[in-house]
Amino acid sequence: MTDPASLGTAGPLAEASHDLVAGPAATTDGPERPRSLAADAWHDLRRRPLFLLSVGLIAVLLVLAAVPQLFTSVDPSAGDLARSRQAPSAQAWFGYDLLGRDVFARTIHGTRVSIIVGVLATTLTVLIGGSMGLLAGFYGGWIDGMLSRFADVFFGLPFVLGAIVILSTFRESVGAGPVGITALVVLTMSALSWPVTMRIMRSAAIAARNQDYVRAARGLGASAPRVIWRHMLPNCLAPVLVYATIALGAFIGTEATLSFLGIGLRDPVVSWGVMISEARDYLRVAPFLLLFPAAFLAVTVLAFVMLGDAVREAFDPKGR
Amino acid sequence: MTIPPPLDAPLLEVAGLHVEFRTRDGVAKVLNGVDYRVEAGETLAVLGESGSGKSVTANTIMGILESPPGVVTAGSVRYRGEELLTATPERRRDLRGENMAMIFQDALSALNPVFTVGFQIAEQLRTRRGMSRRDAGRRAVELLDQVGIPAARQRVRDHPHQFSGGMRQRVMIAMSLALDPDVLIADEPTTALDVTVQAQIMDLLAELKAERHMGLILITHDLGVVAEVADRIAVMYAGRIVEHADVHTLYSNPCHPYTHALLESIPRVDTKGTQLRAITGLPPNLTRIPPGCPFHPRCPMAVDVCREVVPALALLPGGRSSACLFADELVTR
Amino acid sequence: MGRYVLRRLVQLVPVFLGTTFLIYLLVWAIPGDPFAGKCGDRPCPDAYITRMRAEFHLDDNVVVQYARYLGNLVQGDFGQTFNGTSVGALIAAAYPVTVRLALVALLIEAVIGLAAGVLTGLRSGGYLDNLVLVSTLFLIAIPVFVTGYVLQTVLGLRLGLISPTVSPAAGFGELIVPGFVLGSLSMAYVARLTRTSIAENRRTDYVRTAVAKGLTPRRVVGVHLLRNSAIPVVTFLGVDLGSLMGGAIVTEGIFNIRGVGGLIFRSIQTKEGATVTGVVVLLVVVYLLMNLLVDVLYAVLDPRIRYD
Repeated sequence: MTDPASLGTAGPLAEASHDLVAGPAATTDGPERPRSLAADAWHDLRRRPLFLLSVGLIAVLLVLAAVPQLFTSVDPSAGDLARSRQAPSAQAWFGYDLLGRDVFARTIHGTRVSIIVGVLATTLTVLIGGSMGLLAGFYGGWIDGMLSRFADVFFGLPFVLGAIVILSTFRESVGAGPVGITALVVLTMSALSWPVTMRIMRSAAIAARNQDYVRAARGLGASAPRVIWRHMLPNCLAPVLVYATIALGAFIGTEATLSFLGIGLRDPVVSWGVMISEARDYLRVAPFLLLFPAAFLAVTVLAFVMLGDAVREAFDPKGR
Repeated sequence: MTIPPPLDAPLLEVAGLHVEFRTRDGVAKVLNGVDYRVEAGETLAVLGESGSGKSVTANTIMGILESPPGVVTAGSVRYRGEELLTATPERRRDLRGENMAMIFQDALSALNPVFTVGFQIAEQLRTRRGMSRRDAGRRAVELLDQVGIPAARQRVRDHPHQFSGGMRQRVMIAMSLALDPDVLIADEPTTALDVTVQAQIMDLLAELKAERHMGLILITHDLGVVAEVADRIAVMYAGRIVEHADVHTLYSNPCHPYTHALLESIPRVDTKGTQLRAITGLPPNLTRIPPGCPFHPRCPMAVDVCREVVPALALLPGGRSSACLFADELVTR
Repeated sequence: MGRYVLRRLVQLVPVFLGTTFLIYLLVWAIPGDPFAGKCGDRPCPDAYITRMRAEFHLDDNVVVQYARYLGNLVQGDFGQTFNGTSVGALIAAAYPVTVRLALVALLIEAVIGLAAGVLTGLRSGGYLDNLVLVSTLFLIAIPVFVTGYVLQTVLGLRLGLISPTVSPAAGFGELIVPGFVLGSLSMAYVARLTRTSIAENRRTDYVRTAVAKGLTPRRVVGVHLLRNSAIPVVTFLGVDLGSLMGGAIVTEGIFNIRGVGGLIFRSIQTKEGATVTGVVVLLVVVYLLMNLLVDVLYAVLDPRIRYD
């Protein structure tokens, strides 16, 4: 989903548009065709250092999340109170936390949960918001009105306060298992974020609906599901995917914020947010407890934001 | 001004103008030696396909060439004998609006959408002439009236999007005339308009030019549009003037194969019944202009020498000129 | 214009009802005992629970409860906590602090964000542009609580430039650093939005026209370019005030500011549903009204918008 190659499934026109007739009047010749634009964007992306850097970082993070054992053999949950809050050393690069657990091992193992939370929340947000936006944009009229007001209801909730209320309401219902807690956090974040995706998708769908090729398809008698699926969706996906990439980073940061407030993930789950939350009371005596998970967190968010930025710029014909 | 300009200097003169666009994809040679001039009370039509360099020349004259990517590499632009390319930015700004003004193709995007048309016309009068808001507003109404906008007194408070295409272009014209310029450059002023409205705007421009004794440079790709209003025509191809003549001479006896081809591609009353012919091939890629005559790949008359020698714009009998090696053979009289 | 505002106000009603009902449902339909822990270590006496349940109408249908709550709310009554304190009074004490904090944050983000955005938008690709680009990326990537703790530790504890915590009075001066922390993320967005907007509009035909008219660069930028580029930025800033107030909770926690964040946090821990609902409802109202204001402002700034 984050692979920009999926955005740029190159058409045969990839190189053709580069053979441009320069001259200023060429710009008045009308907009480029969308397929050529996607291919052009992909061509453009491969030359952007920020894009390459962020893809590299994300690749490393994915490996960390998939096989943390490659990087540390220490059990992230094994604590020894005798070494509580010991500073970083050759033995434990990032030091030990309050319960004497290896911070390096915990940071590495925390990658998985943070990434999973981000990916799941993004997927859910895009699925809910995207499909509602597509329907609202395609049908318009009272369906659009209903769906839009419904989205407004959720959009009106302040994010952090809404999350606090939802999380504390259902906290006891999900029990103390790591799966339950994680699922609750993911659901909460998605429930409060989908309206944004819906709005983006809705405007893209409204624009696409008025395009000639969609009118032509409808005029030729294609069924509504077919028009939506075959004609509208592929042309509305780009802005949503760009948003999703940036949102993925934001969700990882949000997870940490919620954990920091003491209402998100919690022990026994190992995540950067949980570590930061545990570190906050010892900031003055053991700043390294905050530093390492916060740094990993920041780099991860940074990588996704940069990726989203690069993709958006590459897709924006105005930016060139 | 250090040297007083010669009294007989043309109103506006462009000579040997070379402009390049330096982009990531390479250097495009957009202008490769453009020469033309216009006198007061005269209309020069500059004719050419998209990308032939008509608008770039105009923007360079006005000093609004986008840079980067545009770079003037050689040539000169003289207004009443004063060199503009080496003038200070302040001097050039003083000339804009006051001495030379420009009308753009798409008035909807060329007018600022968030201000009333009255504000946009009066703005120059207030900032340049120091007129009061009231006086400038009154003058704006007069100008709108002059360009034929009905109920100008009310419409002066409207925004650009509230006007029809033709009326919008009239607003644009009124705005360009606010400071009484000597040179008016109209860059495809009618391209975005309906055919009937096109004629009205053309008539208006011709009328205003005569009234105010301005020099009018009319940029277009449409031969039909200029036939009635232009005095002389300069045909551009790949950043060069390839033919230059007065309207009647050019129409009756084109002296460059490109002009010839252009004339054959449009319907004319006097040649009814003959088949229209499209020009084969595409205009050259300006990053890779072919050696020799740039038109040779599309020219039915091309011979080997055309691929090697770049023909200069040479004077022919009758005060006309052509940049074709075989121009002499094309002149019938 | 008046009719447009009226129609938008009518449209807000279902959204207001939906959002507040959602909150009400979440807070009051909580499975679990609202009186757990209310009477010290022992469970509360049955008589007390019966009395309280009757007083707070907890045995009614939740829709009926909500309707009653709404009825009181319209009359300006936010209800009472379980021990009889007026929720309205609690909110009146905490709200001004949060409003002040959010305003300081908004001001800081608007001034710095706009300045950075305009400067870089006019001259993209330079040293300053890259500096702003990188620093906005960092502001976006680093969570607010990290920024907050770092600034508090460095400016407050190490350098002693500010007091690490804000006094209960919470004057404007004390709120500058917390306001910066709260507004930092939005500041980055404002800077980028302004930069993009300026850079896009810089190449438009009407800017070229303004240059061709012989206007000074100052006037071209200051009047023609800024006026058009401000439209999306103003929209963002307007909507952001609501989000800043809702998101102030983290900043308030770090700097020990007695605003709505702390109030809502304590209320959730003590299961004071009336307070939670009251605070959130008020924030929703602020948010909705700011949205309306932005829509109206948008129409004023961009005459192309029609009201039909």
